[in-house]
Amino acid sequence: MKALLVGEYRDGKLLGSTYELVAFAEKLGADSAMFLVGSESDLPQYNGTLYFADISKYSEFNPTAHKQLLLDVIAKEQPEMIVFSHSSYGWDLAPRVALALQAAQVSEVIDVVDGNLVVPTCNSKLRRDVKSKTTQTVVTLQGGAFGLSGEPSGSPTLVKVETDAAAQVEFAGYEAVEKGGVDLSKAEIIVSAGRGIGKPDNIEMIANLAQALGGEYGASRPVVDAEWTEHNRQVGTTGQTVSPKLYIACGISGAIQHLVGMKKSEFVVAINTDKDAPIGEVADILAVADLKELVPALTEKINSL
Amino acid sequence: MKILVCVKQVPDMESKFKLNTEGKWYDNTDLAWRMNEYDEYAVEQAVQLKEQVGEADVTVLSIGSDRVKEPMKKALAMGCDRGVHVVDEASFAKDPFEIASIIATFAKDKGFDMIFTGMQSQDRGSAQVGVLVAEMLGLASISTIVEFAYDNGQVTVRRELEGGLKAIVKAKTPALMTCQLGLNKPRYPTLPNIMKAKKKEMLTLEVATLLQVDAVQETTRMYFPEKKGGGIVLEGDVGNMVNEIITILKDKTGVLA
Ligand SMILES: Cc1cc2nc3c(=O)[nH]c(=O)nc-3n(C[C@H](O)[C@H](O)[C@H](O)COP(=O)(O)OP(=O)(O)OC[C@H]3O[C@@H](n4cnc5c(N)ncnc54)[C@H](O)[C@@H]3O)c2cc1C
Repeated sequence: MKALLVGEYRDGKLLGSTYELVAFAEKLGADSAMFLVGSESDLPQYNGTLYFADISKYSEFNPTAHKQLLLDVIAKEQPEMIVFSHSSYGWDLAPRVALALQAAQVSEVIDVVDGNLVVPTCNSKLRRDVKSKTTQTVVTLQGGAFGLSGEPSGSPTLVKVETDAAAQVEFAGYEAVEKGGVDLSKAEIIVSAGRGIGKPDNIEMIANLAQALGGEYGASRPVVDAEWTEHNRQVGTTGQTVSPKLYIACGISGAIQHLVGMKKSEFVVAINTDKDAPIGEVADILAVADLKELVPALTEKINSL
Repeated sequence: MKILVCVKQVPDMESKFKLNTEGKWYDNTDLAWRMNEYDEYAVEQAVQLKEQVGEADVTVLSIGSDRVKEPMKKALAMGCDRGVHVVDEASFAKDPFEIASIIATFAKDKGFDMIFTGMQSQDRGSAQVGVLVAEMLGLASISTIVEFAYDNGQVTVRRELEGGLKAIVKAKTPALMTCQLGLNKPRYPTLPNIMKAKKKEMLTLEVATLLQVDAVQETTRMYFPEKKGGGIVLEGDVGNMVNEIITILKDKTGVLA
């Protein structure tokens, strides 16, 4: 099997997730080559052919040009599998490439079992085994699912590629999220509010428990999107990565994008009315209860100790 | 300005799921249904754009059984002008390529200036349909937007990347946007608007008239993940639970010790 790995560059740097693609190819026992729109100042440590285009020429977001560069490489390499990360870059570019190839795309692959691509469904409550019906298959890999291929080492053989495909959109730069306020990455105890708190007033309940424990409070994304609390308290892919001694998830279902941000917590308590919520998979204690009853009761008891 | 917004109906993710008899999808009975969360942002953005430009016509399209008229009615009550229901009892079994091609076949030659979709569905989560539709129609598309502005044929958006970074991207209409959580604040339909929505046009099309391709992938099996959590599950009386949690925290962590 031959795989083409699509490396990823962001804000002037190679992304570490690129090495997860290498681990995936190794797991499949596939011969691989890599494609990257990047800069020669930060090349992947990869022993193989690297089809390379200069990012200063093709921009960090120019799907039309990146697609064309990639299609030219695919025509030359004839890989059976084209492998992206399931990331903002991957899920934008992969469908464009898949359609041009008339190939199946299977998104968010977390495992490969007997030739089936395994993907989570319904917020990770279910799994699906998927089979591609086309000779070439495009996949995007869930971050962290395949680990890294050991310490990266090696130096690629560069093959420079070019295109004159015109851009359909214009990338006008980056904007970083406002910093400041709480730094959850240093907190030893975090109590997080999920959508299950139901209304903004209930943030106070969560903050009170955090205070009783001498910690900070955090939140899942819907709580931040609804402006019940500020963005710098968001834990997850598009928020902060935390590693406290104790993480208490209140009314949080355990979507993969949230788990990514808190899975390094030493001890996890989940409070959830749904016994089957995926947060149960990472929790040391799953308390099946209404947080509106349990959280104040727990706070009161701790305050009385 | 002609605007198209595509919505999918999904089960509430807190549902107790069961598998269907073929074991390839979840069972459709006994579920609470709602509009896909990402699509709510798409509908709201379409309606806001209409309100901004004044003269606009917003079509909401959904594929599925009669049941999907519910989220469409909600979209009409939020301010969309007309509905297009593509009747398909087996839409759940179609892959993203088939779904996108149904939408693209409908949209082709209709001259939509803007198309909004969710970035993904909550159940299938493939994150492909919007981008595929745009590619099939040869339109510019931007995925995962969390901020949208329109001025005189020019769209300026923020695209959300990982780790709190956003990319500022511009495009000319016609274009397609896939909408990410937090893009705006979806409005609640008011009672007068719910009444008005009942009078709005709801066109019905048979899926066979729009589907011209075959699936490129298939689900061979659906199942529940093996439970490997191994954590302690506490149930029952809240007072007991409090004591148990405190005992375990004292035993197993440095907290409260
Ligand atoms: C590209 C991308 C990036 C993302 N980045 C992030 C991120 O950084 N962080 C993040 O958190 N999410 C992120 N998400 C969103 C993520 O997919 C989920 O939508 C989100 O994490 C869900 O938040 P939640 O668990 O609070 O809400 P829900 O999934 O709605 O879960 C609510 C939970 O509360 C429980 N509940 C309800 N009522 C009660 C009660 N009274 N007592 C106890 N429990 C109750 C329910 O059983 C349910 O399990 C991202 C998504 C995408 C697509």
